[in-house]
Amino acid sequence: MIKKRAYFKTRSLPYLLILPQIVITVTFFYWPAVQGLLASFQVSDPFGFRSRFVWFDNFITLFSDPLYLKSMLTTLIFSGSVAVVSITCGLFLATMANRVLRFTTLTRTLLIWPYAIAPAISGILWLFLLHPSYGVVSISLENWFGLDWNPLLESSHAMLLIVMASAWKNISYNFVFFLAGLQAVPHSLIEAAAMDGASPFRRFWAITFPMLSPTMFFVTVMTIIFSFFESFGVIHAVTQGGPGGSTNILVYKVYQDGFIGLNLGSSSAQSIVLMLLIVLITTLQFKYVERKVQYTG
Amino acid sequence: MMVEKTPILDTFTYFALIFGILVVGFPILYAVIAATLPIEDVSRVPMSMIPGDQLFNNIAEAWGRGNLDTQLLNSFIMASGITFGKIIVSLFGAFSIVYFDYRLRPLAFATVFCTLMLPIEVRILPTYEMAANIFGPLQSVWDALGLDGIISWFARHDVEVTLEFSLLDSYAGLILPLTASATCTFLFRQFFLTIPEELCEAAKMDGASPMTFFWRILLPLSKTNIAALVVIEFVYGWNQYLWPLLITTNPKMTTAVIGLHHLLPSPEDPPDWHIAMAGALIVMLPPILVVLCMQRWFVKGLVEKEK
Repeated sequence: MIKKRAYFKTRSLPYLLILPQIVITVTFFYWPAVQGLLASFQVSDPFGFRSRFVWFDNFITLFSDPLYLKSMLTTLIFSGSVAVVSITCGLFLATMANRVLRFTTLTRTLLIWPYAIAPAISGILWLFLLHPSYGVVSISLENWFGLDWNPLLESSHAMLLIVMASAWKNISYNFVFFLAGLQAVPHSLIEAAAMDGASPFRRFWAITFPMLSPTMFFVTVMTIIFSFFESFGVIHAVTQGGPGGSTNILVYKVYQDGFIGLNLGSSSAQSIVLMLLIVLITTLQFKYVERKVQYTG
Repeated sequence: MMVEKTPILDTFTYFALIFGILVVGFPILYAVIAATLPIEDVSRVPMSMIPGDQLFNNIAEAWGRGNLDTQLLNSFIMASGITFGKIIVSLFGAFSIVYFDYRLRPLAFATVFCTLMLPIEVRILPTYEMAANIFGPLQSVWDALGLDGIISWFARHDVEVTLEFSLLDSYAGLILPLTASATCTFLFRQFFLTIPEELCEAAKMDGASPMTFFWRILLPLSKTNIAALVVIEFVYGWNQYLWPLLITTNPKMTTAVIGLHHLLPSPEDPPDWHIAMAGALIVMLPPILVVLCMQRWFVKGLVEKEK
């Protein structure tokens, strides 16, 4: 932790200043987290009248439940696809915008707005585009390729729909970061490589891409966290986990089991697993970012 | 970076960029066109790509059917509440952590920053219970201490004290749990650390109190960061889904993003996609406007978040 040397010497003021943050954090973070942890070790009846301490039973049940394992796999496929689609498109567009150099602000303006759109609304827009009877994309697919497209009934089509709706929203976010990362690559390096006769493609893969790796790492982590949680809106508004549980990702399952199924023990255990996953990802990121800081001095 | 002349690649670049912009913009464009059409045109297969003249009728219809005036107001109150709550709480928090040296500072720092990156979605159930009765922890302490018994002894008859105050279906319930996040505090801390120490020394030498330093020097210097966070947090607040879905049961308290759901035509209804799209346009407009109008600060703030 970096420290400043110049401090104010007031005694009680700093406590007063940090108090609101601590109160809110303890009330809405630590207390619920502890309650969640306790609940994950208990089994209670659906009305919450009685509960019994069962140690790790909820977790054992969870990890031997094929539905939960399926949900994990679904989440993995979903997050992976969202990351690949939105990062590839974001990086591609940023590289193009960085080559043009002119109209950067205009390009950014035209590409940035999906960021502002709620995941649920993005889901609704894509549902309309891909709607089996009214969507322009599904009709074109049917007319041109004879593909019977129906995301409301077909699992893989539903998955594609939520991947598109979530990735689309994230392209803008990734674009902004990649463009900033590209603009920070020293011009002299590129020029030197060009003088040595390296083609634009060679320069991209040999210089720009490795120099973008911290941005790449950050963007990947953010995209994964986004697809873990914020895509809840897409799924709730469009597929509701269906058809047949094919889009039932972990966060939606926590909601479904806890608030619809009222299985508090299992839902809490699922929350704890999710939390551990995120802590793991975040720790990795911080380790990586710290290393980056050391390298660049 | 035009280091050498590559006409073919340059042409490709322009085309790719224009194509990309069109593809990214297409879902919005399609929604805008659908929102201007009457029902006969929107349900024709494929839908006409020439805008109609029904935009205002469709918007009025969506507005009335979705009860959007209440919901937009709720969304606005929630988004601004989260934005201002977060920014004010974290400005003071970061000021305390960076500019004071006190015994519990490491503890305060750890308490706040452990919550970084852990969104409300991972702890919905217990947070919901917490919001259902905000005095739950006090009740537990009360029960653990057996205070009921003591009071009963004093009052000479059985007394049971129930501390209950629910945040369900209230603005406080929509806003407060979402302000418990360390991201803003972390950002302000990072920014404060880059401010030259001489400023603080000089202020101290001139006999300025900590709060004078905060209001007169620190706050004006943080203007750009605050502007960026206003955009980021407003968009975040406006677009919240899971939390408002849980905490509001009264239709008068739902937010616009959730209410939109009811405008979606189900298979039995007439295919009122023009109404659904008109509604979607209204609901997504406020955050889009905020992002576009404040783009410069927003991008700066977003990119700085990485560091």
